[in-house]
Amino acid sequence: MIATVQHWIKSFTLFELLKGMRVTGTRLFSRKITIQYPEEKTPISPRFRGHHALRRYPNGEERCIACKLCEAVCPALAITIELEERDDGTRRTTQYDIDMFKCIYCGFCEEACPVDAIVESRVFEYHFEERGENIMTKEKLLAFGDKHEAMITKDKAADAPYR
Amino acid sequence: MDSLLSIWDLVPEVLQTLIVILLKIVAIILPLILAVAYTTLAERKVIGYMQVRLGPNRVGIKGSLQPIADTVKLMFKEVILPTKANTFVFYFAPVMALTPALVAWSVIPFQSGWALADINVGLLFILAITSLDVFGIILAGWASNSKYAILSAMRAGAQVVSYEIAMGFALVGVLMAAGSLSLSEIVLAQSGGITQWFMWPLFGLMVVYFISGVAETNRAPFDVAEGESEIVAGFHVEYSGMAFALFFLGEYANMLLISAVAAILFMGGWLSPFESMSALTDLPYIGVLFGNGIHWFFLKIAFFIFLYLWFRATFPRYRYDQIMRLGWKILIPVTLVYIFFEGVAIGLGWKPWL
Repeated sequence: MIATVQHWIKSFTLFELLKGMRVTGTRLFSRKITIQYPEEKTPISPRFRGHHALRRYPNGEERCIACKLCEAVCPALAITIELEERDDGTRRTTQYDIDMFKCIYCGFCEEACPVDAIVESRVFEYHFEERGENIMTKEKLLAFGDKHEAMITKDKAADAPYR
Repeated sequence: MDSLLSIWDLVPEVLQTLIVILLKIVAIILPLILAVAYTTLAERKVIGYMQVRLGPNRVGIKGSLQPIADTVKLMFKEVILPTKANTFVFYFAPVMALTPALVAWSVIPFQSGWALADINVGLLFILAITSLDVFGIILAGWASNSKYAILSAMRAGAQVVSYEIAMGFALVGVLMAAGSLSLSEIVLAQSGGITQWFMWPLFGLMVVYFISGVAETNRAPFDVAEGESEIVAGFHVEYSGMAFALFFLGEYANMLLISAVAAILFMGGWLSPFESMSALTDLPYIGVLFGNGIHWFFLKIAFFIFLYLWFRATFPRYRYDQIMRLGWKILIPVTLVYIFFEGVAIGLGWKPWL
């Protein structure tokens, strides 16, 4: 009986509805959490898997030894490698292509690499304007690595204790 | 000036009235369309703020030119005609949706004496014209030759017809209290400060009226006709470009109209809440702001529009049978009981109805 009366009073005073409106009403004045993207950015983890890069040793020699582990592990078959033996007897790649359209940014290539040659950097703001640009050639990847070497070294050092 | 006046005198009298009326129409419709444009901005901003985000803020200062950008975009889009759509009805429906929303504004008194046509059955006229709105929706849904559109049209039709009744009864309560159907007389019946407004004795009717108004304009939480999560966009799925914009314009003009009527009927239209406090109204310079004036009318409309947006940001959509239940089994009986007791009170000569 009392429950029925209570229910009626609650319904006719629109109690629940007003309660809901109070929630949205207070949110109207609360601090906004929007990030104004191009101007403001959220922090990115050093583990972030973005644009790929091929790294070099400090003496300028490229790290990649064409072991093809990354090509083998790549679940999207995005990596193509051709190799040859150089005059000094070492293996090096002649071709190292990553199709960025096929790539799923899983980071397996980075995990598989025995010499830390291929890495994924924290750069995710890039685009392609013409067909074919999505194939990242060895030259492009090395150039990218050279450009961001300082950042990559720092990120890898930050993540190293957890590996 | 004199030469202009003499040219004006040369114009035949019939034409003079016509020109004056046309100018008045422009003076009402242009600000109305602008208000509609900025209501869309207000909606996006208010709902954004209630969802703890910022809303549009890129075009112009703080997004102030967003509605202009939207309009320009819509104007340059193609109006696509679906195959097997009924061409005439398809193009006629948006017009049918917009015109009643604009026509009804002709009887709205903005200030004492400021109405295009201050007819003595204004309330009836508004009720009649607003019920025409649903035709635009039904025609659009039928002419689109789309399942979603026809479904939405059916829903909208049933919903608007049901809530029309509750709304009509709520208006009956007001006309009983005011003793008149003329909108400006209803406003004047409420003169004497905030305590004399009909919203106090007729509070229940105001709530019922506004709920029906929200349902009537197919706005959230009664937007099953649009229902983007179930039937995409409802009756206007097949519309694009300016035809779509006309539906939008009609919907928002209707919202403004419902708000304006609510302000007139329950909150004393252009009357100031401080009307009877001569201490405030006699203040130098700012006293005018506290006196009666069109600014109070706009403030009250803005209040009701804000309620619309608040509802939309708060409530989830009603299920269809819940809408019908609320309309037929709750709102209509409530208004009937309210009107009955109001009639008894008037018969006995009780305040505040006399």
